[in-house]
Amino acid sequence: MRDNILNVKDLNVWYRDFQALKDVNIDVLSNKVTALIGPSGCGKSTMLRCINRMNDLIPDAKIEGEINFDGENINSNHLDPIYVRSKIGMVFQKPNPFPKSIFDNVAFGLRINGFKGSIEDEVEKSLKKAALWEDVKDRLKDGALELSGGQQQRLCIARTLAVNPQVMLMDEPASALDPIATLAIEELIRELSSEVSIVIVTHNMQQAARISHRTAFFMVDENRCGYMVEEGETNQIFTDPHDERTESYITGRFS
Amino acid sequence: MPREKFDREINAVSSELLILGGMVDKAIESSLIALKDMDNQLAEDIIYQDDFIDRKQIEIEERCNNLIATQQPMASDLRTLISIIHIAVELERMGDYAEGIAKIAIQMGKEGPLKPLIDIPAMSEISRDMLRKSLDALVNRDLIAARNVLKQDDQVDQLYQRVFQELLGLMTTDVDLIKRATYLLWVAHDLERVADRATNVSERVIYLITGKLES
Repeated sequence: MRDNILNVKDLNVWYRDFQALKDVNIDVLSNKVTALIGPSGCGKSTMLRCINRMNDLIPDAKIEGEINFDGENINSNHLDPIYVRSKIGMVFQKPNPFPKSIFDNVAFGLRINGFKGSIEDEVEKSLKKAALWEDVKDRLKDGALELSGGQQQRLCIARTLAVNPQVMLMDEPASALDPIATLAIEELIRELSSEVSIVIVTHNMQQAARISHRTAFFMVDENRCGYMVEEGETNQIFTDPHDERTESYITGRFS
Repeated sequence: MPREKFDREINAVSSELLILGGMVDKAIESSLIALKDMDNQLAEDIIYQDDFIDRKQIEIEERCNNLIATQQPMASDLRTLISIIHIAVELERMGDYAEGIAKIAIQMGKEGPLKPLIDIPAMSEISRDMLRKSLDALVNRDLIAARNVLKQDDQVDQLYQRVFQELLGLMTTDVDLIKRATYLLWVAHDLERVADRATNVSERVIYLITGKLES
C-alpha cells in the first residue's frame, strides 16, 4: 500500500463549455516532490488550482470527480475552502509578499487563524525552514518588498509553511528568478519534502528532473483539453518513459 | 522535428562509432593474417594503426560529452549517447587485443605458429561476427539480434577451452614447446576477450533499446 497524501479520481474540469481537464487519476505520495510537466495549455496549472479550491473563485468553473485528502473529498461543499487552503498551501510564479514587514508576512496566516502560541517562535521556525532566517533575522521589521526576488520567494514559502500545511503546491516557483536563486529554491524544495508533500508545476524539464521524486506528464488533445499521459518515478520518466508521447516531449521532438 | 541539428549530431557520432568498429574489425582480421603468414610488416602496421583507433575513441567520447553538456539529452537520446561512450571504449579495447596479437606475431618471428591454426581462426571469425552483428543490432535497434550475440559467446568460450587443453597437453609432454605454446595461448586468450567485449557491446545495445541494464 502506497502512502498517499492525495488521491485524485476521475477529475474533469470545465470552464463554461470548454473542458480543460479530462479523466485525471493520480496518487500524490506523502513527503515526495511530484512534478507536473507538459506543454502550455495541458491543464497542469488547472490541476494545481483544483487541489486547493482556487477554481471556486472562477464563475462557470465546473469540477467533477474526487480529490481525496485526509479521508475527505476537498470538493465537497461542507468543507470550508479556507480550511483546505490552510492544509494545502500554494506558492505562485511571481513572488507576491504583502506590502508589510518581513515579520508580518510570515505572521499573517498565524494571526488570522487565531494562533495561541508564540508567534515570534513560529515566525523564526518558518523562516529557518525556508532558509531565509540568516538573511533577515536582524531586519524583521523591514518591508518585505525590499528583499531580492529570490528572498521574496523564500519569504512566500515561509508564509505558506507558517500555518503548517501538509501539502504545498508550487506553480512555476522559480521561473521569475535568476539561476542562482533558482538553484537555492530547488535545494529548498527538495529539503522541505521531508516534512511537507509538494506538487510543483514547471516548464523547466531539467528542473523537474533535478528536484522531483515523481513526474506526471500532461498533454493536450485536439479539442485543447488537457489529460495525463503517464506518471511514474522521475528517474524512469526521464531515462525510459513508457509512452511515446512522453518520449517525444522530453526529448524535445514534440510538434 | 524541432531538434534537427541535435539529430544530425547524434547521427554523425553514431557513424563515427561504426567507422571505429570497422577499424577494429580490420585490425583483428589483419592480426590473424600476420600471425599465420609470419608477416612482420603487417604486424608493425597494426601496432601503428592502433593509435588511430585510440584517437577515434577519444574523439567520439568528447563529442558525446559535449552533446550531453550542451543539449541536455533525455530518455532515448540520453541512452544513445551513454551507450555510444561505453561501446567506443569496448571497441578501443578490442583494438588493443588485435595489437597484442600483432606483437605476439612479431615475437614468434620466423618460427611461426607451433601447429597449424584451426580453432584460433575459428575463434577470430566468430568474435568478429559477434562484433559486426552487435553493431548491426545497434544500427537497426534490433533486440533479438543483440540477444543472439550473447549466445555466440558460448561457442568462443568452448573453443578457448579446447585450445587451452590442447596446448596444455603439448606443454606437459615436451617442455621445449612451452614458449611457442604460450604464444598461441595468449592469442587464444585475446580472442576470447574480444568475444567478451562484443558481448558487452550487445548488452549496451539492449540497454539502449529497453532502458534496462542486463548482465
